Amino acid sequence: MEIPYGVKERPDTGLNNAKLGIWLFLASEVMLFGGLFSAYIFLRTGVDDWPMGSKYLDVKMATLNTLFLITSSVTMVMSWASLKLNDFKKFKLYAGSTLLLACGFLVIKYFEYSSKFSYSYYPSTDNFLGIYFTMTGLHVIHVIGGIAVIAFLLFPGAKMWETDPERFTSRIEVTGLYWHFVDLVWIFLFPVLYLL
Amino acid sequence: MSDNHTKETFFTKYIWSIDHKVIGIQYGITALLWLLVGFGLMMVMRYQLAYPDTQIPFIGWIFGEDKLLLPEKYNSLGAMHGTIMIFLGVVPLAFGAFGNYLVPLQIGAIDMAFPRLNAASYWTYFLGSIIMVVGFFVPGGAANSGWTSYPPLADVATAGQTVWLLGMVMLITSSLLGSVNIMVTVIQLRAEGMTWFRLPIFVWTQFITAFLLLLAFPPLEAAGILQLMDRLAGTSFFLPTGLVVSGEVLTNAGGGSPLLWQHLFWFLAHPEVYVLILPAFGIISEIIANNTRKPLSGYKSLVYAMTFLGFMSFVVWAHHMYLTGMGTTMGAFFQTTTMIISIPSVVILTALLLSLWGGSIRFNTPMLFALAFLPMFGIGGLTGLPLGLAAADIHLHDTYYVIGHFHYVVAPGTLFALFAGVYFWFPKVTGKSLNESLGKLHFYFSFIFMNGVFMPMFIQGLAGVSRRLADGGQAYAHAADVIYLNEIMSWSAWLLGMAQLFFIANVVLTLFKARTGEINPWNATTIDWTETSSPPLGHGNFEKIPVVYRGPYEYSVPGSKIDFTPQTEKG
Repeated sequence: MEIPYGVKERPDTGLNNAKLGIWLFLASEVMLFGGLFSAYIFLRTGVDDWPMGSKYLDVKMATLNTLFLITSSVTMVMSWASLKLNDFKKFKLYAGSTLLLACGFLVIKYFEYSSKFSYSYYPSTDNFLGIYFTMTGLHVIHVIGGIAVIAFLLFPGAKMWETDPERFTSRIEVTGLYWHFVDLVWIFLFPVLYLL
Repeated sequence: MSDNHTKETFFTKYIWSIDHKVIGIQYGITALLWLLVGFGLMMVMRYQLAYPDTQIPFIGWIFGEDKLLLPEKYNSLGAMHGTIMIFLGVVPLAFGAFGNYLVPLQIGAIDMAFPRLNAASYWTYFLGSIIMVVGFFVPGGAANSGWTSYPPLADVATAGQTVWLLGMVMLITSSLLGSVNIMVTVIQLRAEGMTWFRLPIFVWTQFITAFLLLLAFPPLEAAGILQLMDRLAGTSFFLPTGLVVSGEVLTNAGGGSPLLWQHLFWFLAHPEVYVLILPAFGIISEIIANNTRKPLSGYKSLVYAMTFLGFMSFVVWAHHMYLTGMGTTMGAFFQTTTMIISIPSVVILTALLLSLWGGSIRFNTPMLFALAFLPMFGIGGLTGLPLGLAAADIHLHDTYYVIGHFHYVVAPGTLFALFAGVYFWFPKVTGKSLNESLGKLHFYFSFIFMNGVFMPMFIQGLAGVSRRLADGGQAYAHAADVIYLNEIMSWSAWLLGMAQLFFIANVVLTLFKARTGEINPWNATTIDWTETSSPPLGHGNFEKIPVVYRGPYEYSVPGSKIDFTPQTEKG
């Protein structure tokens, strides 16, 4: 016996198990980052002299990173759409681009972090840098998680396209939902930390 | 999934199993052992409280050559008692064990929606629980800042606190996996005809509990990450400027706030209270309906009240914080929401009480525990009302009154419900019924001594004795009149421990007996009893996926030959 609705949608919910599962997981992620954003507000309103983000941070690099992530979200959707259109080659191209853009994000983040350290700006310097490193660090962990999953589905996991294309497409869709969420967190982090 | 199984070895069947029933049993055994450990810590602490600064008998050597339970070690045991009981004992038992085992069976599913995640959830919990006790062996001993881990104390505490936080992150991950799984299972895998309002109340409570775990735990994870940063990376999220510790000003950057932790912590920990009590409501509902042989009064009221309870539990957290100096407007808001949340609790308790009316009650062991649950939870709930009002809370805050209040909810409340559940579903899990005489001895002694432990706490608390005092209040003049109660409470606690031997003996002796082969010994109506053998089949649960035609509590239907009509009976 197979567990029902693994790939097919349950008629009354219109979802398969994986998609519902990832949405619930993302709800919990919203609460996780929501907790940290609340902490940010609490810390900021609790002191008189909160530094402008641009005092420490490089807005240009972050803008580039924002572009990287938004583009990677677009290519993620395109890779899923390619599978829907039965075009496996294009899927490889788009998913590969997503992977590259995500790695590009990490490279830029690495240069950002190391430039902070070179000025002796550490999490312990003040609470702005503390919350900056904590929130972007947690976001980076999420990016790395996404990279691991996409890389798996692009290389060893892609064999499933031959045996069970529907399930594979569903996996890409679910990964995409997660990836858009990671992107979305950054869309909030960027203005809150760098611009305000 | 089960078709792919070529060979089942001992390991794949019992250790790395992805069958929800095996995982449920794994959760159950682990959690029961942790409950015993957590209770053991308390029995040691009770010796120090009854006879302060005397050598601990029998096991005193653990605490060094002087055999004394010094205050710092007392603090460690206290913090770990709370942590172990709640996060390693009650929640995994109520949600991990009962939820895992029963939800798929009661809704007619062959397994949970994500069997591998289910196993991952158990093993993360197991690992987290091991990490928690590793704390006892690091320099300075286990976490000693209370189970609430309030900074700044927790920020500057010994290494055990870091271990506590790491363990906590594992436990949160485990509960995240478990709650997603339960929710998807209930939403997606209900059998044909099992509509939302035909779900047994137990399934409803697990579903709402999963919601609370899913949404309330992450803010604590956020708080845990911030505290880890404070402790390891030297940030000052919870440390105000110019804090003096042991006579020296801290060199941290400062600018943080200890209140931030309290907000994030209680944002979890108040819903957590309902995580503890909702599964108990579910178990009690099943047992009361079954043993009164009549439908539950107000099925829909129960469902709506529990859902409302779940939502409200997210907006009452600051009633733990009246004494932190928050403004009166905030205070008024949280007092109001706290009074409102007591309404659904009363609705639930009333519905369960009314269900007894006119029933032909069978007084078996599970029913005795269930019946005791009602007044015990009632005491726990009603004593909470003064704590929800700031004026009364100023006097009662952080006294033994608070300890008495929440223990009445969790110990003779939830734990009694869990015991009821163990007695009730033991025949399902093993195919063997627990001995009634031993069960009744277990019940009556537990009932007496539970009250012996917790009732005097109200008296001490009203007199103003603070919690978390390693000498039980000896140093304070205002405690002099009530200090004699310490000895009564301690002896009750030890005798309560002895009473559990009836339970342990009962379980062990029963396991050696032969299976009765009885499928439905309680004559119950729900799918878990009527559609599978006892114990149920291996992977797959059912020979044929059941179809549901009626509600869960059709007992004594007029015109029916027998006094129970299974959910799967046509008509």
